[in-house]
Amino acid sequence: MITYALYFAFTAVGLSLLLAMWRLLIGPDVGDRVLALDTLAINAVALIVLYGIYAQTQTYFEAALLIAMLGFVSTVAYARFVLRRDVIE
Amino acid sequence: MSAAAEIFVSALIVIGAVFTLVGSWGLVKLDAPMSRLHAPTKAGTLGVGSVLMASMCYAFIWRDGSAHELLITAFLFVTAPVSAMLIAKVAIFRRTNVQELPPPPTDTTWATHDTGERAIKSSSASENRGGNTATPG
Repeated sequence: MITYALYFAFTAVGLSLLLAMWRLLIGPDVGDRVLALDTLAINAVALIVLYGIYAQTQTYFEAALLIAMLGFVSTVAYARFVLRRDVIE
Repeated sequence: MSAAAEIFVSALIVIGAVFTLVGSWGLVKLDAPMSRLHAPTKAGTLGVGSVLMASMCYAFIWRDGSAHELLITAFLFVTAPVSAMLIAKVAIFRRTNVQELPPPPTDTTWATHDTGERAIKSSSASENRGGNTATPG
């Protein structure tokens, strides 16, 4: 049963990655694109954790943690760059 | 016991996937920047949090248990409001003219536009964009 739930979750998370990519492409303003990138990073974390359950291994945990951290840092850097035209003042 | 555990973990996985999908669907469907900001934050906390709970429960029931997924959960819970606040500031900064904003309660200008000497440049830049109709708040 978990396998079927995982198949459903793979489909749903892959679809949400595509939707976030669509917003990244059409986003009318730069804030929407930053938000779409943040959503892409969070959805990638979800996908990696799901694949970790599917493959029955703990190997992918570090990748998920790293993508979560880098997604946050890049979101903050983009937002600060838009706000102040400078990342490190 | 095992069947109940399977149902529990499967339900957690499905709930997380549905919340992730709804978050990204809202990101595409909603039409105002602040509304768009609202949807993916649910995916960040509820969706990924539920998937991580499923991973933890799976590890505790069928593998040698490990709770290190709590690290990702705690990290996302701490950082999601910060990034949401920064993106909201970006939306305010890009969509409103300084003159259209109501006066701030305590300070001389809103913190979004308070950039020292760069404030002059950015406020004139937002004037050049022709202002906009979005109301703050």
